[in-house]
Amino acid sequence: MTKLLSMNRRHFLQTSAAGALALTPGLLPGRALAQNALTVGFIYVGPKDDYGYNQAHAEGAAALKALPGVTIVEEENVPETVDVQKTMESMINLDGATLIFPTSFGYFDPHMLAMAAKYPDVQFRHCGGLWQEGKNPMNTGSYFGYIGQGQYLNGITAGYTSKSKKIGFVAAKPIPQVLQNINSFLLGARSVDPTITCQVIFTGEWSLAVKEAEATNALIDQGADVITCHVDSPKVVVETAAGRGAFVCGYHANQSPLAPEKYLTGAEWAWGNVYSDFVKKAQTGEKLGNFVRGGLKDGFVKMSPLGPAVPAEGRTKFDATLAKIMTGTFSVFKGPIKDNKGNVVVAAEKSFAEDAIELESMDYLVEGVVGSTA
Amino acid sequence: MTVEVNTSAMSIASERPSVLRPTIEWLARRAEPIAISFGAILIGLALFSVFILVIGKAPTTLFQLMYTGGFGSWFSIQNSLSRAAPLLLTALCVALPARLGLVIIGGEGAVVLGGVASAAIALPFIGTVPALLVLLLMAAAAMTVGGIWIGLAGFLRHYRGVNETISSLLLAYIAIALMNQFVEGPLRDPASLNKPSTAPLPAEYMLGKIPGMDVHWGLAIGVIACIASWVLIEVTSYGFAARIAGGNVRAAQIQGLPVGRLIVGFTAIAGSFAGLAGMIEVAAVQGSANASLAAGYGYTGILVAFLARHNPLAIIPVAILLGGIDASGGLIQRRMALPDATVLVLQGTLFVVILFCETFYGRFKIFNPDLWKRSA
Amino acid sequence: MEATGIGMWGVPLAIFAGAIRVSTAFIFVSLGETITERSGRINLGLEGTLVFGAMTAYAVAVRSGSPWLGVLAAMGTGAVFGLIHGWICKWPKVNDIAIGIAMMQFGLGLAFFLGKPFIQPAAPHLPSIPFGAWSGLPQVQAALNINVLFILGGLLALFLWWAFRNTRIGLVLRVVGDSTDAARAMGINPDRVRLFATAVGGSLAAVGGAYLSLYYPGSWNEGISSGQGLMAVALVIFARWNPIGCFLAALLFGGAGALGPALQSVGVTQGYYLFYAAPYVLTLAILIATSSPTRSLTGAPGALSLTK
Repeated sequence: MTKLLSMNRRHFLQTSAAGALALTPGLLPGRALAQNALTVGFIYVGPKDDYGYNQAHAEGAAALKALPGVTIVEEENVPETVDVQKTMESMINLDGATLIFPTSFGYFDPHMLAMAAKYPDVQFRHCGGLWQEGKNPMNTGSYFGYIGQGQYLNGITAGYTSKSKKIGFVAAKPIPQVLQNINSFLLGARSVDPTITCQVIFTGEWSLAVKEAEATNALIDQGADVITCHVDSPKVVVETAAGRGAFVCGYHANQSPLAPEKYLTGAEWAWGNVYSDFVKKAQTGEKLGNFVRGGLKDGFVKMSPLGPAVPAEGRTKFDATLAKIMTGTFSVFKGPIKDNKGNVVVAAEKSFAEDAIELESMDYLVEGVVGSTA
Repeated sequence: MTVEVNTSAMSIASERPSVLRPTIEWLARRAEPIAISFGAILIGLALFSVFILVIGKAPTTLFQLMYTGGFGSWFSIQNSLSRAAPLLLTALCVALPARLGLVIIGGEGAVVLGGVASAAIALPFIGTVPALLVLLLMAAAAMTVGGIWIGLAGFLRHYRGVNETISSLLLAYIAIALMNQFVEGPLRDPASLNKPSTAPLPAEYMLGKIPGMDVHWGLAIGVIACIASWVLIEVTSYGFAARIAGGNVRAAQIQGLPVGRLIVGFTAIAGSFAGLAGMIEVAAVQGSANASLAAGYGYTGILVAFLARHNPLAIIPVAILLGGIDASGGLIQRRMALPDATVLVLQGTLFVVILFCETFYGRFKIFNPDLWKRSA
Repeated sequence: MEATGIGMWGVPLAIFAGAIRVSTAFIFVSLGETITERSGRINLGLEGTLVFGAMTAYAVAVRSGSPWLGVLAAMGTGAVFGLIHGWICKWPKVNDIAIGIAMMQFGLGLAFFLGKPFIQPAAPHLPSIPFGAWSGLPQVQAALNINVLFILGGLLALFLWWAFRNTRIGLVLRVVGDSTDAARAMGINPDRVRLFATAVGGSLAAVGGAYLSLYYPGSWNEGISSGQGLMAVALVIFARWNPIGCFLAALLFGGAGALGPALQSVGVTQGYYLFYAAPYVLTLAILIATSSPTRSLTGAPGALSLTK
């Protein structure tokens, strides 16, 4: 016991890094790849197989397992408290991780920043949009995907499929990312039929199965026949909606196995591409980007294959819009746009590209959305 | 001749050296809780090992990792201490009323409301008042709000006969809803777009770390609170009255003890400790109040209190032990590919076994010197 | 058929439908706890039993393809949990309230642990009877689409109410619950009766869990329960240990739980967290209003440690 206690931290790092190297699969002495060996840490706020947010990240991490010289360590169900700081430290000290991905929003401040200050040789990349040049250290950074356009495409399929002209959205909390998704969903549907309205219900929690089921039922009771959501795990919403005979659009990951007949399409993350890119750069010693973003065009986001219920004209419009998005010339928030209280929020001559900074502080629901942000 | 009852005891006592026998008796009595607690922990670990074997993993690896992750290095020890810090206070929230015979399990509610109150009260004073004063103000606010919340459960118990276990639990759920409403509504910092929080505390106003350690001052505050609680219960007459009331309420009332005031007072003190834990979470870790306050410290505190048999001094080592188990959970997840629920199963098993072993108190003659004399 | 929104009527209809949907789990758990408490023992560990029952039912349904087999398996595991709780509690000096909390932790941990492989697969659901087929409105049809377990729960409540009064077993149970000594004097073994009662209580609680995972919300994940097991204990006290009271209390609680989303769907969107707290506030208010510090609660079993 005293022997362990007398080890100082550097010795520990050396021995554990050596240990991690020895554990890395495929690493035999003498192979030239030895210097590219990398241990990458992933931290999830929920379970890895939640058919949603965390699963999308875990699938991205799984894509790394095929890369030579890469070891992944993952930990799930880590709350956004001092626990995640200790988890990061544990991965750095005991597993020898030099690249950490804390994937939940609340990990950034103060937890990841505190760890980044303490371990300047380790790279941290956070999923979100919070990194600021000059304010945050250079061994940290943000990566995120523009998934709003994915919800727009969801909305297009909803527009062609809805018979009641009412669509529904089960949302967790009224934060800008979620509001952007709600608005994009409606705008996509309205591009097909301008009379469509979207009702939104906020559950108040990122993951609460009973509330999500209640919200879905309430939306369908009010006449919505296409439902999508922004909660951590869409499984309950998808199954409940499909069980009531409504159509569903997926989010985060591909939920079509849960409701193959009713699933129209879904906006999914493609984190595997993002993570592979980071890892390759880390292995070759290239500098990792600090503010990495991309949408459908850059392969950060992808759409699920279209389900059987989408009519042919819907497919045509979907494909055409997707093609336009891929050229980078499409924008969802093109003026004039009013919010659902009557104020003009996007002036007639303005148009916001997907990476426009103004979208990051969205606090309104567009006209046609039934619901309120507070 | 007088009847020779128990003279054998007296004769033995007068034959042996006068110090040895009482010392042995004292040791025997004191050894009972330690021996039974340790025995219970061993039995619990043994059962858990069987479980691990059944699912095809090696218990020895698991215990090694638990040790490494919990206590095997200075980093691990600090990890365990950090996790133990809030548990010290939330366990007091269960242990203090328990000495009165009340089972309060709603400490989580006091934690979150204490956190919100402390964040709210700090806001107008930032920049104008020195940091130490702001922190004291925050602590006072948190302790007041937490004390009122749990004190309410005690009040309802004595004056309305409402079972305090259930009322404190209901109050906890209500408190979490209130916290969410405040943090997302009136107290929300407009800049906290994607994670609704109160306005952040500037770094100068935050509770720092204990010099030389990577653990914040909350640990020291918790230890002091435990010691103070022990003094309250074991030394003061207030605590003495409470223990009597805990033993038999009717007898206490007959004696004229103010049972109602004792109950409300003790539950209020208990709640104030939990509220303080919330304030520390805001001031030392998060920097603001948000949904992460509901991290389950209140519920883990229940386990700590029962394992420590509601003795405030014993809470200190038990909290560190549980902090260590929690700390090793991550390592177990990563190295053995076991789900995080493994630690929950271990904690639950230990909890059940230790509570079960309560029945062994008084059963073993070796611990009860009064029974030794029969064999003389 | 064109689906139409039904405006303000959505709220009472949603409360009605929600009351049925959400209450079924509470009905079974509270009926189980009523049996246990009538015998003089309190089991606070039902939350763990419920979640474990949910996991077992889901897992067995996935593997076997039959939801009813899942319910049966859940009843089995619930009985085991109840037996463990009952056996431990009969030893002297064991605090049964604390043991309940411990079993809750244990049950939750074990359920999450063993349930990991079942988060993804989809299980067949329990059937429901469409009582609303007469209506042209899909909302009414959906609201009156009552699941079989709800009906079984109602029948069970009636049966238990009758059985407590009119059968020998009911009498034995009540005697044991009112006074341990009187039971012994009658030649009944109170420990064995309580053990049995706790086992039955556990198995009913597990059925409540099976309902959650196999009907509504109809999925297994770690967030499936929002405290139903613990709330049910409160409901039992509120219902004064009367099975029919439990049924009605569960309906009340379920309806209050559906209030939040229903109000949002008709545009009442302010302060939705407070609406989500409505069931808890309601339960607390009713408990306060109906309790008294001096008189023991009417109908309380004398041997129950909760009320001593």
